[in-house]
Amino acid sequence: MGMKFEKTDDGHYRLDVNGYVCPHPQIYTKKALEKLSSGDILELIFDNPSSGESIEQMVENDGNEFVEQKKESGQFIWQIQKA
Amino acid sequence: MQQQVASEATADVALAKMTLEEQEKRKKQLWALGLVGFFSFISIGTYIYNEYYIYLSVYLWFGMIYGMCLQYGKFCFSSAFRDLFAIRVPRMLVGIVIATLLFGVVSAPITAAGLSTFHAAPVSSHAVIAGIFFGVGMVIAGGCASSSLYKTGEGNMNALIVILSLSLTQALFADVGGWANNFVPDSWTQSALEKGLPASITVTDGWVDQYLAGYVWNQPAVTYAEILGMTNDSVSGAFMGNLLVGIIIPAGLLLALVYAIYWRKGYLNKLKKAGKDASGIRVELAGYWSMIIANKRTAIAGLILGIACALHMLVMQGLRVKFGFKNAGVLLDRIGWDFGLSVQGTVFDPGYWYVTTQEAQWVGWSLQKMGIENMDNIYFGFVNGIPNPAINPADWMSFALIGGAAIIALFHDEFKFKKPTWETAMWSVIGGFFMGIGARLGLGCNVGAFFVRVANGDASGWLFGLGMAGGAYLGVKFFNWWTERQLAKEMESCGL
Repeated sequence: MGMKFEKTDDGHYRLDVNGYVCPHPQIYTKKALEKLSSGDILELIFDNPSSGESIEQMVENDGNEFVEQKKESGQFIWQIQKA
Repeated sequence: MQQQVASEATADVALAKMTLEEQEKRKKQLWALGLVGFFSFISIGTYIYNEYYIYLSVYLWFGMIYGMCLQYGKFCFSSAFRDLFAIRVPRMLVGIVIATLLFGVVSAPITAAGLSTFHAAPVSSHAVIAGIFFGVGMVIAGGCASSSLYKTGEGNMNALIVILSLSLTQALFADVGGWANNFVPDSWTQSALEKGLPASITVTDGWVDQYLAGYVWNQPAVTYAEILGMTNDSVSGAFMGNLLVGIIIPAGLLLALVYAIYWRKGYLNKLKKAGKDASGIRVELAGYWSMIIANKRTAIAGLILGIACALHMLVMQGLRVKFGFKNAGVLLDRIGWDFGLSVQGTVFDPGYWYVTTQEAQWVGWSLQKMGIENMDNIYFGFVNGIPNPAINPADWMSFALIGGAAIIALFHDEFKFKKPTWETAMWSVIGGFFMGIGARLGLGCNVGAFFVRVANGDASGWLFGLGMAGGAYLGVKFFNWWTERQLAKEMESCGL
């Protein structure tokens, strides 16, 4: 299973990096957010806990916002809105 | 009515799901307690059998503390440089600097009292080159030597592949001769011969042997205290030379540089956005502090790790004095495990946190059992030996490190058995290979060649760190190119 990126609705995108370890989730997230427009929502799905720590700080530093942060059976599902 | 029944059914399903999740969590916590019981049983049982085993148990329990701290703080030396260059996040670098400072502060009085187990390593450009190999490897592998251990404890099988690749590469690289001898300068061969090593060590057959005896051993092994004309076991040498000059000043400058390049702009922008004053020295100091405490878990883990590392050295030295030996080879011999001791009767027994050599040893032991002769090289045959992994003190530390990480991961519901894909397995193998080469060239990894050395005033520590940073930069450049390419393919269909 590789990385998946798809459009789920207008202004809504999903990046699935389940199964990937550092540094893939954080680099893919950074690059995906760079491509989105202001106000777009990125749903990020990953299961590598240590990537989460870095992604949280990256999102905050870049001024983007978390709409929701869920954790289900060892899987992280985060909604990030681009500033 | 129908609607009410439907909503009640949905609520029942949600409740059942929650109860199942709760049960899963409880099951994981029971596993964690089981692991604590398992390690306690090993310690108590072996101690009852023979009190010498307490020496191995000390390695075990400190290994467990290291694993717990690493998992709790998601402490990864690889991400210190990688996340800084790739996503401009300094949290891990800050955590590592805190850990190093604390390790240094607690080590200084131990060193001044002459109770340290630490020995400085040779200083030269080889440390930078080794660091570059290691840095590239840790970015490609997705973790350094120590974080691969703790991630294995989280159930991450990619990390286990990294450990296997790193271990195998080291064991083979340390013994490679034949064709590889053609790449050895004559001056190294000559110098290696002049060292007068025992006949069982075929010093002219083996690239690493001639690199060690013909080049590395000729370099000065000095601390900052010694460079400044002081001795390590003096108050001035330990505190002024090793701690102040060797750690506090360079660490402070490093953090100031990171603040100026990676943190300051974002911090001031946030203040301006909130309509607050964004100028003056008080604002800068507050910004600097906000960077330090940005990730509390990492900072707390760094703090405990630093103190534990120094205490580990003190306890090991205390036990050596109590039992009257300087190396665990004597201990293994006394309890009847004499297979795999080096020609000097020694085994790898650092007396502090170390990762890579014990990994090479268990592969070395396995290869020996398969009939491959590898005790004719310096690494195994003259210095570290290849004792049975079940009785190797440093292996107890690594094994417990994985266990300690598993305990915390299970308690926090972060344990997940993660199967590798072909792609992630490939990165693990390649990354482990580069780290293995780097570890043997640098006589250690991110822990043994950087963290422990810097914290003890060894002049080669920062050189290895400089190389690691350079290697991480190259690794990030590669992954930026790779991910850009992969993402572009996926984004095409979305019109982005």
